[in-house]
Order: sequence, then C-alpha cells, then structure tokens
Amino acid sequence: MLGRLILATLSTMFAIRYWSVIILIVAAAIGFFVYTTTHSTSSGQAGQGRFDFKLGLDLSGGTHLVYNTDTSKVGKADLQDALTALRQVIERRVNAFGVGEPVVQVEQGGALGTGQYRLVVELPGITDVNEAVKRIGETPVLEFKLVKKEFENNMQDAQGVPNPAAFEDTGLTGTYLTRASLQFDSATGVSAPVVRVDFNSEGKKLFGDITSANVGRLLAIFLDGNIISAPVIKDKITDGTAIISGNFTAEQAKETVRNLNLGALPLPIALQSTQTIGATLGSDALRAGLLAGIVGFLLLAAFMIFWYRLPGLVAVVSLFIYCVLMLAIFKLIPVVLTSAGIAGFILSVGLAVDANVLIAERLKEELAAGKTAQIAIREGFARAWLAIRDSNTAHLIAAVILFWFATSLIKGFALVFGLGVLVSMLSAITISRTFMLALGLNEQSKLGRFFMLSGLTK
Amino acid sequence: MNISKNLTYFFILPAVLSLAAVLMLALWGLKPGIDLVGGSLLEVTYASGRPAVADLQAATAPLTLGEVRIQPAGDASYIIRTKALSNTEEQSLAKALGVPQRGQVDQFTTVGPAIGAELLQKAWIAIVLVVLCTIVFIAFAFRGVSEPVASWKYGIVAIITLLHDILIPAGLFALLGHLVGAEVDALFIVALLTILGISINDTIVVFDRIRENLRLNSEHRKREEFDSVVGRSIVQTIARSINTSMTVIIVLAALYFLGPETTKYFSLTLIVGMIAGTYSSIFLASPLLVVWERWSASGNKK
Repeated sequence: MLGRLILATLSTMFAIRYWSVIILIVAAAIGFFVYTTTHSTSSGQAGQGRFDFKLGLDLSGGTHLVYNTDTSKVGKADLQDALTALRQVIERRVNAFGVGEPVVQVEQGGALGTGQYRLVVELPGITDVNEAVKRIGETPVLEFKLVKKEFENNMQDAQGVPNPAAFEDTGLTGTYLTRASLQFDSATGVSAPVVRVDFNSEGKKLFGDITSANVGRLLAIFLDGNIISAPVIKDKITDGTAIISGNFTAEQAKETVRNLNLGALPLPIALQSTQTIGATLGSDALRAGLLAGIVGFLLLAAFMIFWYRLPGLVAVVSLFIYCVLMLAIFKLIPVVLTSAGIAGFILSVGLAVDANVLIAERLKEELAAGKTAQIAIREGFARAWLAIRDSNTAHLIAAVILFWFATSLIKGFALVFGLGVLVSMLSAITISRTFMLALGLNEQSKLGRFFMLSGLTK
Repeated sequence: MNISKNLTYFFILPAVLSLAAVLMLALWGLKPGIDLVGGSLLEVTYASGRPAVADLQAATAPLTLGEVRIQPAGDASYIIRTKALSNTEEQSLAKALGVPQRGQVDQFTTVGPAIGAELLQKAWIAIVLVVLCTIVFIAFAFRGVSEPVASWKYGIVAIITLLHDILIPAGLFALLGHLVGAEVDALFIVALLTILGISINDTIVVFDRIRENLRLNSEHRKREEFDSVVGRSIVQTIARSINTSMTVIIVLAALYFLGPETTKYFSLTLIVGMIAGTYSSIFLASPLLVVWERWSASGNKK
C-alpha cells in the first residue's frame, strides 16, 4: 500500500518534470525563431524580412497622412466601389514613390464609426511631407457638369470661381475614364493642344445619354474644381470620347494627360492631418524603448529573486518565457510596434509577475500553516487563482475598450496590453506551477526552508 | 495593527492629496494636447547650438500664425506648437525658424480640429464605458451579501477609492501643465483608464480578504470586532499589495528614465496612479469601510 503510494508520487513527479523539460525545449525553440528572424540594420531599425518586427512610423520614421473624402456626390450603392477605386488610385500613386510597404486604407471616422470616410496614407521613410502631399494631391478630379440655362452667362465670378448654383451634376466623372491622350486641334486655325479622354462602356453610355438629352446646352468640364472649358453640346456623342480644349499650353496639356492617366480620383479628398517623424528620432525612440525594456526586466528579476528566492527565480524564468512568447506573437500576427505598444509590453511585464507575487504570498501562508511543500504549492496556486482571474478581467475590460477607442497609436497599446494579459495568465499559472512542482523541494530540509520561506517568522 | 485607534491619521494623506489635486485642477485645469483639440507641433533640432526663444518668437511673429508656443526639448531642440497649419504655412514657419540652414525638422504633426474633436469625443465615451464596466465588475465581485457591512457598501467605497486614484495623477498634470506646460494627450487618458483597471484590483484583494476572514469567523463562531478584522486583513495583504505595485513601478521607472520621449508622461501618470492606488487601498478604502460600519451601527442603536 505504502509502496504503491510512493510509486504514484514518483510517477506524477516524473510526469511533471517531463512536462517542464518540454516547456523549456519549446520555449528555447520559440526563442531561437525570434532571434534568427530578427534582422537589425546599422541604423537600429528593424529589417524587412517576413518575420521581422513590424515597426510603426513613430519608430521607423516616415509620414502619416489623413484625408477626408467628400462622398456627397456618390450614391449609397456606388459608395464602396468609389472608395475602393479611390484606394487603388492612391495606392498606384504612392507605389510610384518607391518606399517600402506603404499603407493606404479607407476607414470610417466619427466617434461611433459612422462619420465621414477617411483615407489614411502611411509612407515609411518619407520625411518630406510637402513633397509627399504634393505628389499625392496633384492627381486631378475630373467632373462633367451641365450648366443651367439661366446661368450660361454668369457661371463663374470675375475671379473665375465657379458659382455652385449654376451647375447640375451629371454623374459623369473621372471614374469612368479609361485613357487620356494629347491631341492638337487645328479647328481655330492655330494648332492648339487639347486633351482627349476616352470613357469605358458605362461612361460611354452615360456620356451618350447626357449629350443626346441636352443638345444645345453647355457642358462644363471641371478639373480639380476649376472650370477648364464649357463647350456647347452640338450633337449626340456616342463614341465615348470627349475633347477638353482649355487654353492649354503644350506643357499643361501634357501634365493633365499624365495626371488623368495615373488616376483621376473618383472622390475629392482634403488633407486633414499630417504627421512626420524623422528617421533619427524614430530609431532613438526604438533604442530607448528596447533599453527601458531590458533594464526594467533585469531590475524586476533582481527584485523577485531577492524577495521571493526560489519562487521568485521560477517567476523570472516563466516571465522570460512570457517575453519570448509575446515577441513570437508580435512576429506571427504581425503586430505593428509603436512606442505606445512597447510601453504596453513593458507594463504587461510588470503586471505579469503580479500573478507570481500572489502565488508566492499564498504559498508562504500555506507553508506557515504547516502544510508540506507539494500541497502548499498546489493550494497556493488554487487559492491565488480567483484573485488572478479577477485582476486580469479588469485589465481585459480596459484593453478591449481602449482597442475600440483606437487611433492607431492607442490601438497598438491596447492590442499589446490585451495580448499580454492573456499570455501572462498562461505563463504565470501553467508554467510557474509546473516548474515549482518539478523542483520538488522538501520544506523540512534547510535548503528548502531557505529557498521557500523568505520573510517567514515561524 | 489597531485600525480603529489610528483611523483619523489614516485619512490625512489621501484627504490632503485629493484636496490639493482638486485645487490644482480648479486653478489651472488640464491643457489638452493637439491630438485632442487640433493644432500643429513642430520639433526642430539645432545641431550647432539653439537660438534664444525670444529670437525665434520675433522671427515667427510676422507670419501671423496666431499664438506660437516654443518650448525647449532635450539639449538642442525646440518643440513649437501652433494652431493647425496648412502645408504652406508650415513651410514658411520652418523657414522663419532657420530650417534648413541652422536647424532640422525632426517631426511635424498637424491634426485637423475635426479629427481632434472626434478623438476627444471618443475619449469621453471610452472613459464612461470603462467606468460603467468597472462598476458592473465591482457589483459582480461583491455580489455575495455579508455581515456586518452590506455588499453594495464595498462597491461604493471601491468607487470612491478609484476616484481618488484618478484625481491624484490628474491633479499632478494640472500642476505640471502650469509649471512646464505639460499637455494631456490620448496617452494620458489611456494611462488613467489603465490605472482604473489596476487599482480596482488592490482594493478588491483587500476586500476579498476581509470577507474571507468574516466568513471564517462566522464558521468558527468566533466574535471579533469589524475594525480588528479589517486591520488583520490589511496586514495579511499588505505585502502583496506593495509588491505587485513595486514590480509594475520598477518597469515603469525604467520606461520613464530610459524610454522614448513620447511615453515619458505616460509612464509618469501610471507611476503616480499606481502609488496612489496602492496606498488608497490600504489607507483609504478599508478605513472608510470601518467608519461607515461604525456610523450605521451607531445609527441602529438610536
């Protein structure tokens, strides 16, 4: 009977040690993955490999632009298409910059996400915001509008500013453009440069309908909100081509053609916010964040080992595994790291030991109550669990709400913090517990007392 | 530890600090950052020695950009704050500041007023949501009724304690805003909301212990005054409270002293909030519970 009991204890002990070795091997493998997939360039910025850390603009340097889109001219049904087209056009323009991994995305603003649509452009490595804005913004918006009969002679004021009341929208815009080309029109005797635009099949039909229904009226052609020309519709045009004959110089006409071909914007956009971070400032911030993380970890480890001795050391080992796991998750998801995200990670490291402190304190109490080490460890973990669950629930509530609150800055913090809370529950409870049990210390031996019973008077 | 004897002393620290915080907030208020109200921020570094602030003020005055606030940053840089600038305005401002001959632009941020207002609105919604969720969480954590103090009283005391923990860092920022022009940005709000989550725990851990001891007493049919139960519970949890806060404060201190400029005030807010949360769970929450119990007990006797 006694022999069987001892055998059973031995075999669970064997199983636990077996598990703790497996945990260590897996952690080492993950650590190896994190280490080998991190490439650092001389400037301290992360490299561009598949599993390299993705750095936010505040750490890598670059430009962040937010544009408001004007969707008032687009019907509900076409809105998503127009936004997609807008994104594609801007992407084409941005790709022409030749920067690594630019981001172009459309998001909906407003406190509840029901406001205006916004275009967010991120250009890593570009720090000349004026140049960037100019090159994105120079894309023209092409619109065709009918002039109301009564305004034919005063559709714009003396400065050439169009009177908005004078025009009827036709729905025909640069969205329907397939190609623009430069031509020379010799109708007036002198050969003047004109811009010829070709519409796609929808545009061709629309243009045909407009021209057939409005023969004799003026059709104003707007480029970036300015009237370029307002020719009379002489006849129905069914071949899907229009000639824009402003008083172009050859140079202007050529530029207009190029811009139209590179992408006429389906929606007008207006710059709302810009943010530019110099590369030095970014890499300084990254270095400072890394240094703070490493020093913070070492100080924390010293504190835990000094105060809690063996349980403290176990906490530090499981905390190290926690950090390795988090870094691997950052790479796999991937999480874009910002300085706020790094702060969130560092904070989560401090909070992750919280569970270990709770457990170690409980452990001391159980030992003081005269329980054996193995039972004290099991009970200490079991009784600390409720407190750990409650505290992590409170943190998760905050993280989820903050993630929703979300500008990209705060989203980074909330995501890292929330992930940290979840992963730390695993590392503190499962990993620490397995290690503590695997060490199998006897509370009666001098060594065991020294390691476990720090600060215990009895 | 005899709580009942030292009760009045326990309240002094949180009461004085809360009062000071309220005063500072009333006097100076909080300065909102450009991410919350819109505006432009330009950081310029002068590698070969930075010019005097007055010179730069004089150089930017003819541009009529409204108020231009110039603050030294680091050893060789200035941070310049203005209303939201257009690109051309920014270029002329940079030129007036001696860019690119003498200085170099390290960062430039413009937030449109609409986007700032939207973030501020979102911040308020987030604050209200976190507070509501926290109250629900407290109600849940204290759902079991226990004698002699009704469970909703634990909840109210926990909320008062939270209020104190938020008030202290907010007051500090009113002071810092007055002294060094510190602004509260979205990260400050994030720090406050994080403090809410952390400091509620310290309070809950102490309260949990009080309830556990009350239950053990009634199981063992042991008679013990409520204040002595509270005192015993504080002694049992004080190491845990201080040490868990210590671990967080250690890493935050590293972040404050060594970390990037952007998160300096963020870590400071958290450190102050953590310290406030730790002492308030010991010196405010539990004594408050004892006082309340005493009041209602004396009321019952009449």
